[in-house]
Amino acid sequence: MNDEQIQLDGGIDLNPDALQFLTFILNGEEYGVDILKVQGIQGWSKVTPIPNTPDFMLGVINLRGAVVPIVDLRKRFQLDIVDYGPTTVVIVVKVASDDGERVVGMVVDAVSEVYNVNAKDIKPSPSFSGSISTEYIRGLSMIENKMVILLEIDSLVNAGVLDLVPGELVV
Amino acid sequence: MFDDEGMDEIRQIFLEESTEGLDLMESGLLELEPGTADMDTINNIFRAAHSIKGGGGTFGFVEVSDFTHWVETVLDEMRSGERAVTEDGITLLLETVDCLRGMMDSINAQSDYDTPRISALQARIVAVLNGEADPGVAAEEGQSNESEEEDLSVEPATELDGVPETASSADISAEQSLPAVDDKTDAAVDEVAPVLEKTNSAAVTPEPEKIEPEVVAEPAPAPAPKAAPKAAPTQKAAPASKAGKGKAEKGGSETGSSIRVNVDKVDSLLNLVGELVITQSMLGRFKKEFKVNDLADLRDGLAQLESNTRELQESAMQIRMLPIKVAFSRFTRLVRDLSRNLGKKVRLELKGEQTELDKTVLEKIGDPLVHLVRNSLDHGIETVEKRLAAGKPAEGLLQLSAYHEAGNIVIEISDDGAGLNRDKILSKAIERGLVGEDEVISDDRIYMLIFQAGFSTADHVSDVSGRGVGMDVVRRNIQDLGGRIDIKSEVGKGSTITIRLPLTLAILDGQLVRVGEQTYIVPLLSIVESVFINPERVNVVANNQMLYRLREEFLPITDLRAICGGYYRNMSLDVEELDDKLLVVIETAGNRYGLVVDDLEDQQQVVIKALENNYRHVSGLAGATILGDGSVSLILDIPSLAQRCFSDLDEPVSVPEQKASA
Repeated sequence: MNDEQIQLDGGIDLNPDALQFLTFILNGEEYGVDILKVQGIQGWSKVTPIPNTPDFMLGVINLRGAVVPIVDLRKRFQLDIVDYGPTTVVIVVKVASDDGERVVGMVVDAVSEVYNVNAKDIKPSPSFSGSISTEYIRGLSMIENKMVILLEIDSLVNAGVLDLVPGELVV
Repeated sequence: MFDDEGMDEIRQIFLEESTEGLDLMESGLLELEPGTADMDTINNIFRAAHSIKGGGGTFGFVEVSDFTHWVETVLDEMRSGERAVTEDGITLLLETVDCLRGMMDSINAQSDYDTPRISALQARIVAVLNGEADPGVAAEEGQSNESEEEDLSVEPATELDGVPETASSADISAEQSLPAVDDKTDAAVDEVAPVLEKTNSAAVTPEPEKIEPEVVAEPAPAPAPKAAPKAAPTQKAAPASKAGKGKAEKGGSETGSSIRVNVDKVDSLLNLVGELVITQSMLGRFKKEFKVNDLADLRDGLAQLESNTRELQESAMQIRMLPIKVAFSRFTRLVRDLSRNLGKKVRLELKGEQTELDKTVLEKIGDPLVHLVRNSLDHGIETVEKRLAAGKPAEGLLQLSAYHEAGNIVIEISDDGAGLNRDKILSKAIERGLVGEDEVISDDRIYMLIFQAGFSTADHVSDVSGRGVGMDVVRRNIQDLGGRIDIKSEVGKGSTITIRLPLTLAILDGQLVRVGEQTYIVPLLSIVESVFINPERVNVVANNQMLYRLREEFLPITDLRAICGGYYRNMSLDVEELDDKLLVVIETAGNRYGLVVDDLEDQQQVVIKALENNYRHVSGLAGATILGDGSVSLILDIPSLAQRCFSDLDEPVSVPEQKASA
């Protein structure tokens, strides 16, 4: 670990270009979410399903008194359904939306690491067919010889997940 | 302008009082009929003006008191009978009310007064006092609602053969000796008055203050005494009179964060707190010592605590409840001004003004209502000629009514105008690609199209409406409040827009029902009764619609499991499976339906958590709540469920679950 990293781990961001990402595994790919958007990570707990919502919307849970929707990213991006295992976790993110903020839990296969990424090391994403469509991808970064896909979590959660409605009236 | 410490507070008091006074003046003026000198009303207006003048002087707002002094002089002359009450006079006084409001705003914002406006208006008042015709009327100096004024004042003159002068010119002759009462003038005024009344009163003086006794019906089992009828004596020292009576419970919603609460409500709250303290001390003794035979006492104490808590909660909620009158009151003026502007004759009827609803809801509903009323006036009600040609009375009727229904407040805006033009809306929608060429859609859905953003069928844009913005905002605002909006319309007969809003946004009495593994909450106020299902009484008719014969009545029923499984239409249900289940009979919009549930659980008060906070509105759901065990339970929105499950639409209203494409 170099000096810079120690400072960052201390919670003080001295380098304006340095960003921290929490990464998770989905379908064998590693995705990164801006750590400032992450509210917490928790195990899978029973949800209350909401009728008349898309199938990837698993339902809502009580998160410290707030009613928080839980979405399954595998279902959302039409990946193979796997049973929830011991590593299955819910990453709770707080994203900016049109009218304030939304807190949402995303079910992912596993949580991986927290990385420091220098803003200039983020490469624009080429058009490729990963599990999550490119419109929600901020860029790619090589970290320890692995490719990490950094997500545009605000648009993924808002436009990509929550604002999708099934059978919305055509009118 | 006024920077002293403590001045802030004084200013606030003055502003609150004056705003109230101005409202009083305005409603009084609107009530005043030209040609008649209703002493009670004039006295009320005068008193209000006098208080503002006095307050202005006392608190050092000299401009306000100076200006009000002139207004007061005019009113004084009307009071003493030296000056006839004319249409023009009322309009002028209403303008002074507006001007004073502007001054109050300036004081509030600590900005400078709009001096040119004040002095212009003051000059007009002085001119009128000097017996000249109101220069504002003559010159049409850009005041928007002055343009029709001339027509109105000329009308009576042409009909008067013997007295070739309008009331305001009759004043001129009396003007020479201002304080004295001139017999001749009085005689002239008397002669003019009836005619004026005949020609003008019908057109422009709606009867604004009507207290409907039947609307005080409140479904909530509120412990707080019904405040409405006896509000007047407690709040207004002034003797009850037409205007005072109507204004009784006017809350200070305009002044932002403060709220004026009837003292009865506060008293009942304090009583309850007293009871709570007693219960607490009763339970508190168990802290020291607890014996087995105290168990019964403990149970009693806890039961008492429960009822105390509930009553306290209800009582606290009552404090936030204000009569919808607060939102309705502005319409008397708005309709008066706007109908003159548009050259239409419109009578406004207000019903159920004492219906109470939460302050937050009340504040947010104001703008959408204004929009809908403007729309009705502009597009709905036709011009006098068109109305007469269509065989309708010349005067259009606009009705605003409010009432409680099953935990909701319902606000209706109805007019007897032309109604929505179904074909025009449809062709516009096809033109804009909202509807396919040969799509068959129901009238109701066609009418709902007017809530689309940018949708307007107006041939030309007026300054009132027609730009196609607004209706979508109206719908969004209402949905944000957890409400619904519906339109009914008949060509040539008029249209009715119905808004349903939750009474309060926070707490609800709920019946917990179990369906499979899930517990849902049905608002208790929607439930009529619950019965065990006897499968022999179930009949299946067309469309898989099941009917249940409950005593002598046939209820459409549906299984909550089907609804909650993502289907809104009745899927074929196995009648045999209904054995052992319960039927919850609900009532909404005057109709009864049955919901099949597995079991009934507790009844409890639940705190509503909006799904919109972190997700979005889901139709059929009013929100969610967190139960005692920490799990989340969904609250059903009965009116929207009923509409979706039991409405007569031929096409499926909602498609079952569907995968969104990536």
